[in-house]
Amino acid sequence: MNHLKKVIYNCKQATLLIEKRQIRKLSFRESIELRIHLAGCSMCQLYNKQSQIIHQMVLQLFHDTQLQVSTLTLDQNFKKELQDRIEEGLNNS
Amino acid sequence: MVTEKQLLDPHNWVEAHADYLYSYTLSRINNEEQAKDLVQETFLAALEKVDRFEGKSSERTWLTAILKNKIIDVYRKKSSGLANLTEKKAEDEQKDFFEEDTGHWTEAHQPLPFGIEDHEPLRAKEFNHILQLCMQKLPVLWKSVFIMKHMDDATTEFICSELRVTQANFWVIIHRAKLSLRACLQKNWI
Repeated sequence: MNHLKKVIYNCKQATLLIEKRQIRKLSFRESIELRIHLAGCSMCQLYNKQSQIIHQMVLQLFHDTQLQVSTLTLDQNFKKELQDRIEEGLNNS
Repeated sequence: MVTEKQLLDPHNWVEAHADYLYSYTLSRINNEEQAKDLVQETFLAALEKVDRFEGKSSERTWLTAILKNKIIDVYRKKSSGLANLTEKKAEDEQKDFFEEDTGHWTEAHQPLPFGIEDHEPLRAKEFNHILQLCMQKLPVLWKSVFIMKHMDDATTEFICSELRVTQANFWVIIHRAKLSLRACLQKNWI
């Protein structure tokens, strides 16, 4: 009972479970604990919502940066030297 | 099903893949010089392995796999040693987030509404910008774990073994990284 009580009233534990849940399935016990905590804690409800938004936005962000930087290209000199080094390596092998 | 055996063409590597590998690196390591070095190292390392290429994946996939390992090496190096100072500092900051005895949110750090909770995430462009800045501020190890998990969707086991953190520590880091990010957003957005 003591352990259960501790988690149910503990926001630090609850937020850890919220993060875990985004990555893997919670155990039965964990998911009950989290559900009870969330039912009574509006701050962690808000945290939960925000955490999921951040998660979505981070995924989106990585997607965007990849598009964005794909317009950033290497300069021709660097490329030429690089290919030359490769050719050199090929000839030596 | 016929699977075509893939071939390598090093004479055409730079033309065909250098820009791609460069942008792949830049989105994971925010430093142009370092990204250039890594692209170069990747080709040179690949050159030494050409005879071990089995033709099961495309040339690009094969090169990217080599690059990925090099990026992880950078993460690993950066997150050991002195870099731990920022981690210590970030950990200390979080001590104030929750009451020590009860684990409740402290009044000063409790979550406040961002005001975008009910909107389409895509619409908040400015918010996105702050998110990016906040992510740059994370301690290197946290950032590395966070990027590997969200960007490459690496398995937890893989991240733990590559960055040499225990499973338990992995969850602590994921939790801490998100707490920091959220707090940073709250501080800089509202």
